[in-house]
Amino acid sequence: MHFGVAGLESGAWTWLGTTVVSSFLASLVECVEALTVVLAVGCVRGWRSVLAGAAAALALLTAIVGVLGPALARIPLHRLALVPFHVVQLVVGALILLFGLRWLRKAILRSAGLVPLHDERAAFAQKAAAMREASPGSIARWDKFAFSAGFNITMLEGTEVVFIVLAFGAGGAGLLLPASLGAVAALLVVAALGLVLHSPLARVPENTLKFLVGVLLSAFGTFWVGEGAGLAWPIPGSASPDLAIPCMAAAYLGVALFLVSICRLQARIVGEEN
Amino acid sequence: MRWLRSIAREVIRLFVDDGSFAIAILAWLALAAVVLPRAGLWTRVAGPVLFAGLAAILVASVLRYSRRSR
Repeated sequence: MHFGVAGLESGAWTWLGTTVVSSFLASLVECVEALTVVLAVGCVRGWRSVLAGAAAALALLTAIVGVLGPALARIPLHRLALVPFHVVQLVVGALILLFGLRWLRKAILRSAGLVPLHDERAAFAQKAAAMREASPGSIARWDKFAFSAGFNITMLEGTEVVFIVLAFGAGGAGLLLPASLGAVAALLVVAALGLVLHSPLARVPENTLKFLVGVLLSAFGTFWVGEGAGLAWPIPGSASPDLAIPCMAAAYLGVALFLVSICRLQARIVGEEN
Repeated sequence: MRWLRSIAREVIRLFVDDGSFAIAILAWLALAAVVLPRAGLWTRVAGPVLFAGLAAILVASVLRYSRRSR
């Protein structure tokens, strides 16, 4: 499937919209985690060095994406005899499935209370305490601990965002730009909220986001693998096969909610027996 | 170099958290991609069979984790 600027194919808006939204939500989770560390370091050791570290990492990531991104976007993988399009669909679908099902599984376990929810306030307190212990006493004008902490976390979470964009963007020609726009929007939203609030974004419903993104990605990944393997979907003849995606998303959501209920029920029974 | 190793580890963890879960997914995808297109009469339900296998892997993994953690 190819999505040019003009003449969008039938169902292309579904792909574009879902790509932007999925990339935005997945990137939002990573950006919030980076912001928590940058805020913790900045509050304890001052803002100059940690912001310089974060800016240096962002500049490096932008340079890498600036060089590799356009090159990747110009590679017509589906036209290369060495890499048939159905192989690209299979590989990208498998990667999206590994990513999506992993998030969905973790979100189910957290919703069921089997794994603790990620707590941004606790992460903030932990990092702040670590920064206080790193080099107690007076803090230099250029603080290498703060610079390194800002650089490392931005590089780490930023690289994850780049891989998220590549995973979503590789799904079809022309999807790299919408996936990148979703990630950039997430970065801008989180940076703006960080500037205004000056506190960890503890109220971002991280697990709900992971739940939704996991459901969407699992449906997309299953569809890509199915298309790559040449499998048919039980969709009426005149309808687009893309209709299978919302159907599978609804089915994955149903399975996930059922699992949350079952795990909670098991926990209650075990609790009553003890 | 330490942050490079951290980044490599985190990138792998984007896709693989529980090893057996990831292996089960990949094994089912490989099996489905080879067997289902040749399933003849089952062609119309091949897509749903692929989905059902993945959903079953998810269910088995979550329930196993739930049993282990009690």
